[in-house]
Amino acid sequence: MAPALEPMVGRYVRLEIEGVPHRIYFEEAGPKDRGGIPLVCLHTAGADNRQYRHLLADPEVTRRFRVLAFDLPWHGKSTPPDGWERGEYRLTTQSYTAAIRAFCKTMELDKPVVMGCSIGGRIVLNLAIAHAAEFRALIALEAADFQQPWYDTAWLHRPDVHGGEVCAALVSGLIAPQSPAVSRHETLWMYMQGGPGIFKGDLYFYRVDGDLSEKVRTIDTKVCPLYLLTGEYDFSCTPEDTLRTAKQIPGVEVTIMKEVGHFPMSENPAQFRKYILPVLDKIR
Amino acid sequence: MSAAERFAALPRLLAADQDLLRRGRWLTVECRVDVGSEPFFLSIRDGSLAALERGARLMRSTAFSFRATDEAWTNYWQPMPAPGWHDLFALAKRGAASMEGDLRPFLQNLQYFKDLLALPRREAN
Repeated sequence: MAPALEPMVGRYVRLEIEGVPHRIYFEEAGPKDRGGIPLVCLHTAGADNRQYRHLLADPEVTRRFRVLAFDLPWHGKSTPPDGWERGEYRLTTQSYTAAIRAFCKTMELDKPVVMGCSIGGRIVLNLAIAHAAEFRALIALEAADFQQPWYDTAWLHRPDVHGGEVCAALVSGLIAPQSPAVSRHETLWMYMQGGPGIFKGDLYFYRVDGDLSEKVRTIDTKVCPLYLLTGEYDFSCTPEDTLRTAKQIPGVEVTIMKEVGHFPMSENPAQFRKYILPVLDKIR
Repeated sequence: MSAAERFAALPRLLAADQDLLRRGRWLTVECRVDVGSEPFFLSIRDGSLAALERGARLMRSTAFSFRATDEAWTNYWQPMPAPGWHDLFALAKRGAASMEGDLRPFLQNLQYFKDLLALPRREAN
């Protein structure tokens, strides 16, 4: 019997982010040389590109899109840079934006679409603010200009609390109760596998450095279309947060997804598909 | 049945959940859970409920407490809770619940406590 191979292929690419050499892991599927539209996918804080494995394996998506999902430095199979052991990891608006642009440039992607979730959604808003002309379209999942914190991130990295288990247990409540148990626990497994302090370091961007209130008013959707999709069970980035953000951006398209929480692509791939395919259909 | 009456069934519900008992096996703690105006004192030993005492106890000391309104628990224990009522932290964010005290044992065993406090969801009201 032939092996049941999945269609995505994983590779490492060497690139520089803000002058620092990195070894970045990514997976891709879809037409590379036959006019496939590059679609770069950004995972949530403290997780990795496996969140997009269903999208990478969806022929309805990869028929027209070359889907690429990379692990941020310090995440998944991307190697932390030399000397990582001597400092505290902190993601910033600047470093996150630089990582995405470095990946797109190194991979020679022609006006890619970027879709990000949670912190990935927030940084997509920053791409729309600062670099819209570089992209064909931008899709922000579970995104808003800012959100009210709902726990103290100091609990995420300390020796008397298991980091992986507390990260997973905290975010477990962001998954909709309707999501299939197998997908819920696969989503949580990724959180259990994050490096020490990485989820916390990502949230520095989310909580401290990445407030985009006021700035989102400058987004011009005529330069680059912007789509916002948020799950009704996401109490971290609530539908109200996303709708408040959308009100400030003329021309933005916003969708509130039923029976989905903070991790639509991994917690309930079938439900997410109903919402994302019509959006992708609009992108040419 | 009132929310407090539903919570009073916790010892029976936990005893029937071998997986939750297994996951809580490292936990021994005294804590307090308020269901509306009714306090419950939980004595947890190696993940099992050694005692669940209902009602006020003078000068009773606990590591931490988790309090939520009757409305919050009633919504939280729906078979398919509505958005914003489906997680302990969602309840806290909307102002319907609070947690105080030494939260370390709570955070060290967070999924255990989330699942423990969700047990009444299994029984239709």
